Amino acid sequence: MSLDVASIKEDFPIFKRSIRDGKKLVYLDSGATSQKPRSVIEAEGNFYRLHNAAVHRGAHQLAEEATDAYEGAREIVANFLGAHVDEIVFTKSATESLNLLAYAFSNAQPGNRFALQPGDEIVVTEMEHHANLIPWQQLAARSGATLSWFGLTTEGRLNLEPLKKLITAKTKIVALTHQSNVLGTINPLAEIVARAHEVGAVVILDACQSAPHMSIDVSALDVDFLVFSGHKAVGPTGVGVLWGKAELLDQLPPFLFGGSMIETVTMTSATWAKAPKRFEAGVPNMAQAVGLGTALQYLTRIGMDSIHEHEQVLTKYLIEQLISIDDVRIVGPLSCENRGASVSFTCGDIHPHDMGQFLDNQGIAVRTGHHCAWPLARAMGVPSTTRASLYLYNDISDVDALTNGIRDAQKYFGK
Amino acid sequence: MNLDNLYQEVILDHYKHPQHKGLSEKFDAQVHHVNPSCGDEITLNVNLADSTISSLTWDGVGCSISQASVSIMSDLLIGKSLDEAQVIFDSFIELMQSKGALVADESILEDAVALAGVSKYPARIKCALLGWMAYKDASVQAQK
Repeated sequence: MSLDVASIKEDFPIFKRSIRDGKKLVYLDSGATSQKPRSVIEAEGNFYRLHNAAVHRGAHQLAEEATDAYEGAREIVANFLGAHVDEIVFTKSATESLNLLAYAFSNAQPGNRFALQPGDEIVVTEMEHHANLIPWQQLAARSGATLSWFGLTTEGRLNLEPLKKLITAKTKIVALTHQSNVLGTINPLAEIVARAHEVGAVVILDACQSAPHMSIDVSALDVDFLVFSGHKAVGPTGVGVLWGKAELLDQLPPFLFGGSMIETVTMTSATWAKAPKRFEAGVPNMAQAVGLGTALQYLTRIGMDSIHEHEQVLTKYLIEQLISIDDVRIVGPLSCENRGASVSFTCGDIHPHDMGQFLDNQGIAVRTGHHCAWPLARAMGVPSTTRASLYLYNDISDVDALTNGIRDAQKYFGK
Repeated sequence: MNLDNLYQEVILDHYKHPQHKGLSEKFDAQVHHVNPSCGDEITLNVNLADSTISSLTWDGVGCSISQASVSIMSDLLIGKSLDEAQVIFDSFIELMQSKGALVADESILEDAVALAGVSKYPARIKCALLGWMAYKDASVQAQK
């Protein structure tokens, strides 16, 4: 089951280049964005080179080919998630997917199941990325609903003790991340989903950090909506996915209005197309969606279970190596059980930005800061951290480069 | 690139032994600035006496570049007139925007010339400027 990382690296042209005066690239920032295999870069380019035309319009061969390619990509995404093809909406990013939901809820008229009233509750968690926090803060402010959240344990897991107090008959939305982009924590969904459904709330899952790294089956998860971004899943930037249960998408009002999303239009009114078109106004990001289809085919060919297992082994090694270094403290679970390959840490008095700069000088790319989860950083009592995030193209030599780099940084800044 | 150009001894010294850190009780103006991309924060107090900076104190969290820069700046500006401070401020901004092409004027910037290497690292310029922008804001408010 173990991956042939050397041959995978061959698929990613960026690993041919060098960094900072001839150093080997050690890319440990896939949690921010992943690198792209040649097949994805070519798929996006080939769409423009060979098939470019506006989809769902035009009575010509190119329009037919473009539509086939775009709708083919939708089918690939559906298969990737174990979903039906009409349940897949292409957006420009996961952030847009979440905003689409929040604004669509705002557009719901009284009587619609998504309409929020003052006194209704939206529940999130303290470990959310800003993209899955601020849209709900804003929806609460617009609707008069209250925002509440699950807190964290010192290890960086959700504190589920107040589950029944937090998710109540007033709760309409539960929005949470599948895997924390900072802590690596994979959240226990079954209990939360069961409670949310018991009170009639919908569950919105941010799968940005999980869908690229493990096998996802939306019917097994039983969440109601799920979002992820293409660029973290070896796909192009500029394309995200919103999946929703068919019966929910049917009742969800649109967010963006314009061409393609309509059924009929008069000078004073319009009616809406069925999902997914209702949520895809304008000429869509066709080349990027096609690139994403190729990306998911690439990942599927390697095998999501194999990728996950590879990352589990590597994460275990990374954590063992990190905690063997004096002054290094991991912010997040030490156990690899229900934990993904994002590993954040602090290192004594060395500020993460200085650590990141030092590592960069050795060709090692990490992320530093609060990772767009400022409330989480506060909750964990660290203004910022250094984060290494692994993917299918990383191996033990990358982890060793990092831990050697950290030791060198300790010598350098201790001077 | 040689990292020593960025992390000069003077910078690491100021980072380990920050000057004028700890806020004064009284102030003519107090500002709080943040660097939203990395979470660095600074609170800065300024007191003026006859258009001269009589005290400049600060507190904050941040990387060595941001902390050393505000420490060096405090050393440099205390006791200067607002006009003199403006000359130093402008010279520092020009240095930071120079992409490494400018030779820093040590007669104006003194220890702050140690930050010249920052201008070659675009992502770090905002670190070095955090305290300086806070000073600019505070000095304007103090004159109101």
